[in-house]
Amino acid sequence: MSLMRVLSQGLATFLSLLLAPLFLGWVNQNRAWLQNRSGPGVLQPFRMLHKLFNKDSVMAQSASPLFRFAPYLVFACMVVATAIIPTLSTDLPLASAADAIALVGLFALARVFISLAAMDIGTAFGTLGARREMFVGFLAEPALLTILFCASLIAHSTALTTIVTNVGQRSFAIYPSLVFAGIAFIFVFLAENARVPIDNPSTHLELTMIHEALILEYSGRHLALLEWAASLKLFAYSTIGIALFLPWGISESGSPTHLIASIPVLLLKLALFGIVLALVETLFAKMRIFRVPEFLATSFLLGVIGMLTYILLGS
Amino acid sequence: MTNLSLELINLFAAILLMLAFAMLAQRRIVTLVHIYALQGLTVVCATSVVAYVTHQDHLYYSAALTLVLKVFLIPYILHRLIRRLDVRWDKETLLNIPSTMLIGIFLVIFAFNLALPISKLSTSVSPGTLGIALACMLLSFMMMITRSKAIPQVIGFLSIENALFFAATSATYGMPMVVELGIALDVLVGVFILGVFMFQIREQFESLDISNLENLKEE
Amino acid sequence: MLNATVLDQVLWLVGCWLVVGVLGILALNKFALVARILFPIGGFIGLLLALVAGGALLHPSSIGRKLPLGLPQLLFHFRLDSLSAFFLLILAISAAGVSLFSAGYFRGGQGTAPGLLCVEFHFFLASMALVLIADDAYSFMVAWESMALTSYFLVTANHKLPKIRDAGFLYLLIAHVGAIALLLSFGILQANTGDYTFANIRLQDLSTFWASVAFLLAVFGFGAKAGIVPLHVWLPEAHPAAPSPVSALMSGVMLKMAIYGLLRVAFDLLRPHIWWWGVVLLVLGLVTALFGVVFATVQSDMKRLLAYSSIENIGLLFAAMGLGLLFRSYGMNSLAALALTACLYHVGAHAFFKSLLFLTTGSVLHATGERNLGKLGGLIRFMPWVAWLALIGALASSGLPPFSGFISEWLLLQSFLFTPGLPQPFLNMLIPVATASIALTAALAGYAMVKFFGVVFLGQPREPKLEEAHDAGLFEKIGMGWLALGCIALGLLPNLVLTFIDPVTSSLVGYGLARQAKASGWWLLTPTTFERASYGPLLFILGVIAAITFTFILVRILYHGRLRRSIPWGGGHPWGNSRMQDTAEGYGQPIRQVFEPFFHLDRHLPKPEDTAPEYSVVVSDKFWNGLYMPIVKGVQFISAQVGRLQQGRIAIYLLYSFLTLLFTLLMVPGAHR
Repeated sequence: MSLMRVLSQGLATFLSLLLAPLFLGWVNQNRAWLQNRSGPGVLQPFRMLHKLFNKDSVMAQSASPLFRFAPYLVFACMVVATAIIPTLSTDLPLASAADAIALVGLFALARVFISLAAMDIGTAFGTLGARREMFVGFLAEPALLTILFCASLIAHSTALTTIVTNVGQRSFAIYPSLVFAGIAFIFVFLAENARVPIDNPSTHLELTMIHEALILEYSGRHLALLEWAASLKLFAYSTIGIALFLPWGISESGSPTHLIASIPVLLLKLALFGIVLALVETLFAKMRIFRVPEFLATSFLLGVIGMLTYILLGS
Repeated sequence: MTNLSLELINLFAAILLMLAFAMLAQRRIVTLVHIYALQGLTVVCATSVVAYVTHQDHLYYSAALTLVLKVFLIPYILHRLIRRLDVRWDKETLLNIPSTMLIGIFLVIFAFNLALPISKLSTSVSPGTLGIALACMLLSFMMMITRSKAIPQVIGFLSIENALFFAATSATYGMPMVVELGIALDVLVGVFILGVFMFQIREQFESLDISNLENLKEE
Repeated sequence: MLNATVLDQVLWLVGCWLVVGVLGILALNKFALVARILFPIGGFIGLLLALVAGGALLHPSSIGRKLPLGLPQLLFHFRLDSLSAFFLLILAISAAGVSLFSAGYFRGGQGTAPGLLCVEFHFFLASMALVLIADDAYSFMVAWESMALTSYFLVTANHKLPKIRDAGFLYLLIAHVGAIALLLSFGILQANTGDYTFANIRLQDLSTFWASVAFLLAVFGFGAKAGIVPLHVWLPEAHPAAPSPVSALMSGVMLKMAIYGLLRVAFDLLRPHIWWWGVVLLVLGLVTALFGVVFATVQSDMKRLLAYSSIENIGLLFAAMGLGLLFRSYGMNSLAALALTACLYHVGAHAFFKSLLFLTTGSVLHATGERNLGKLGGLIRFMPWVAWLALIGALASSGLPPFSGFISEWLLLQSFLFTPGLPQPFLNMLIPVATASIALTAALAGYAMVKFFGVVFLGQPREPKLEEAHDAGLFEKIGMGWLALGCIALGLLPNLVLTFIDPVTSSLVGYGLARQAKASGWWLLTPTTFERASYGPLLFILGVIAAITFTFILVRILYHGRLRRSIPWGGGHPWGNSRMQDTAEGYGQPIRQVFEPFFHLDRHLPKPEDTAPEYSVVVSDKFWNGLYMPIVKGVQFISAQVGRLQQGRIAIYLLYSFLTLLFTLLMVPGAHR
């Protein structure tokens, strides 16, 4: 493992850390525009993070060490996740440490820890959030796995890097199974990132909230880390989507110069993705929480059908 | 047959299957009509590709006919019906939607196993597309079973016809023009008759819920 | 002893276990002696056995031996091959941990005397070891039955409670029905030669029909022991009834004996391999896994929850085994090896994490006297050791990286993704469904474990008495720590573990994964090719730890580390109390709703006018009412009919005997002809 590759890895990770809040800001800004508001600007997440980091952290007396440790772990999980996903290049050292299944496992690890942390204080809201988060997770996680498997079957590999090189860079081909996977992915994406039809990121209504209920007891730097982790998750999911469905323009070499060269393409794709996301969030209304399992089960089964179509049609 | 066109037909087959599942998972009647129109459009595209590849000009005509009939005319009629009858929502389905879809998956597996020996009889038939056409047919049938209102059932019936048409054109590369014209006419007449029926049912029972028809049996 | 063959060493060590047990009789009521000395000695023997078995795996050899025990014509045959050695290794490692824990756990004054408990415990361990090294059907069945009996006595250690007696009876009943099926299966396998040694059975060439009958009987018999749906009903009854170390051994190790038996019969003893056998195992396994995990999420007794989770894991093992058999029947041996590796890996992983989790419930039970999740909570503040060790077990059990459960699930999913190579299109189409249900099971397992850990250890204590809970003692901590270490080692060093699994798959299907797995470096697990899939747990955990450290340091440097403590905010509600947390029932409610057709629900909802409203819901198994009650009724009916024969008068009984004698005499010439 040469020093250059480590440098590239560091560069890519640093870029993800910066781009993630920016992407969140971009989505929110677009949403504001679509709703005829002027919006706070794309840099708003950074300002919020800075403010939160400066504040004292207030913690419940009964909080256990797990509660203090969880934000760091969740944040670290998301950082590693963005490092695993081939965002800019398919030749980075960490990518071989974990494949698509391990990536889903990583998200699950973060989910379990944040749910446990939410249960730690023992308030009604915390446990409610934990229950709902796990509830969304138990369907979204297998759905994401089946989606990734659709691509794995095509590429004969579960390594994300091989999937990207095989699906996107070898030759142009139409994969019907990816049509199913794509639609299922949009469902999972919305659910996992607490976006509108499932959860509303901008309310604190007990009837509807999931993500906000989980982090209700956090404040100061811990909250900042969790918010940053949430934006990293959004970013990670977007880049998974890009890697699976629009993999063109990701560099095959791991050198820093190639990495920088592939940044504009990534930015363009992310910008488009953000607009689409904002559009979806504006067009749809939030659904009742009881409808969520149906929504996610649909996505899960679409993933299964995608795998089935691959086997049936042989492509 | 080029590779690209084969892939395209496979893609349209997959989209058709997707739309069949979408119908299964959809509660809103208006959306069902939209999905039906999309299904028609997919069939049109698939037919055009087949026509282009096999140089059978009459397939262009049938594609155009399908476009006019199934993408514009019938959805329009259905929309009017919905507005006139004022039924925008279906009630809860008889079976919950994930279970319906799960059964749907097994139907797909079943259909493919059925299509496999058939496609071996002929060289021109691809097992995938025939299987999907068959699966779409079964899924539409399934949708008819799980709905309690009359209009979704009509849509299910129409999409069965779509699936059959797709099987005829894409899997076996077309059938004689006369047969297609006949079927198209049948479908149109069918929609009109069913529309008249629905008005009659509503006048009789004040509702379109077909569970009312259960009262018609002999006591 | 050092010069003896490996098998002799194993036999000696098993003998030592028996001796330790017998010593227990001598000190029936001397609690301190039994607990502080005998149990740790048992644990030490376990450690030695682990070393011996591990050594046997690294230098594979197959040594057989006859012991002059048993009936004159039926000597006990023993043999130690790689398959036995691997399971022996798992048994020994788990037994070491559980024995040490037991040293601190068993207290005087509950039910069976400590000395007797010591006998049963060590005889149980010894009989399990004998099951593994048995080389003929006769000694196998003897060891198998003594395993069932000793575990029955252990389950009913607290036999004064009628509920526990009932649970024990149910367990014994199903164990015996299973044993009968096994007996029949072996009877078919020996193919009328009258020679029950495994060596002879291997030589027999059964017809497809008889082979299938033998296989199905074996599946039934071993399935009854393992807890395959619908033979699982004893598990959730017996585990809560048994003392926790016993539950740990039964769930972590004894269930694996059934897996061992089935592997032995299906891969070693039976020659023809028919593809639908694999499908049977696969489907049974998947149904069991999903069923078990769904039930685990809705339980409100912590040991029942774990028992259902064991059912789930057994299901996964069966599925992996079925897939292996499927590949084997089509001659795809390298893929069969992959599936079997997943199976064996999970055997180890489940043995450690489930034993660990059951042990933690034992500590919780001791500290609080509560098994009901609705009355626990907040224990991480009073028993931090137990809590953190339980967290390791729970994470491993949820199949999360970088712990042990993840690797076996990873391998299993990998082997499923290879299936498009199968020649039968029908099987190919079932595979996506199977893969998806494995993924769903894994995710639900996470749900169940978050419920288990969160409700028991996190939140506020739901009862005031919990605040007096004390942490586990030294022996208990060592025992649990040992098993937790196993969970972590299995998660972080997959390639090391594969060197132990390799000889087993080589002997069963003639192919090993270890060399390929290490091809890209010892820290990277690549079961097939590097391009296909790779997983480097060490690199992975290094990344996570580095990220945590950097974040922590950077936050401290760039900002600050100020922290204020205050009362919980709770959304601003001033009157929060511990009763406002989710109960176990509440936590399982979404699952109950989604999977409603699975359950038989007994719900009591309060009415608006109730002055003392009460809500209760009892979830029970549909199999109990749907399958077992009709059988019970049938048996009762038949026995009532048979009861008519009993007139109570001696003369009539003599008449029965006389008639039987006449009938037998009549048959004799016929038999000779």
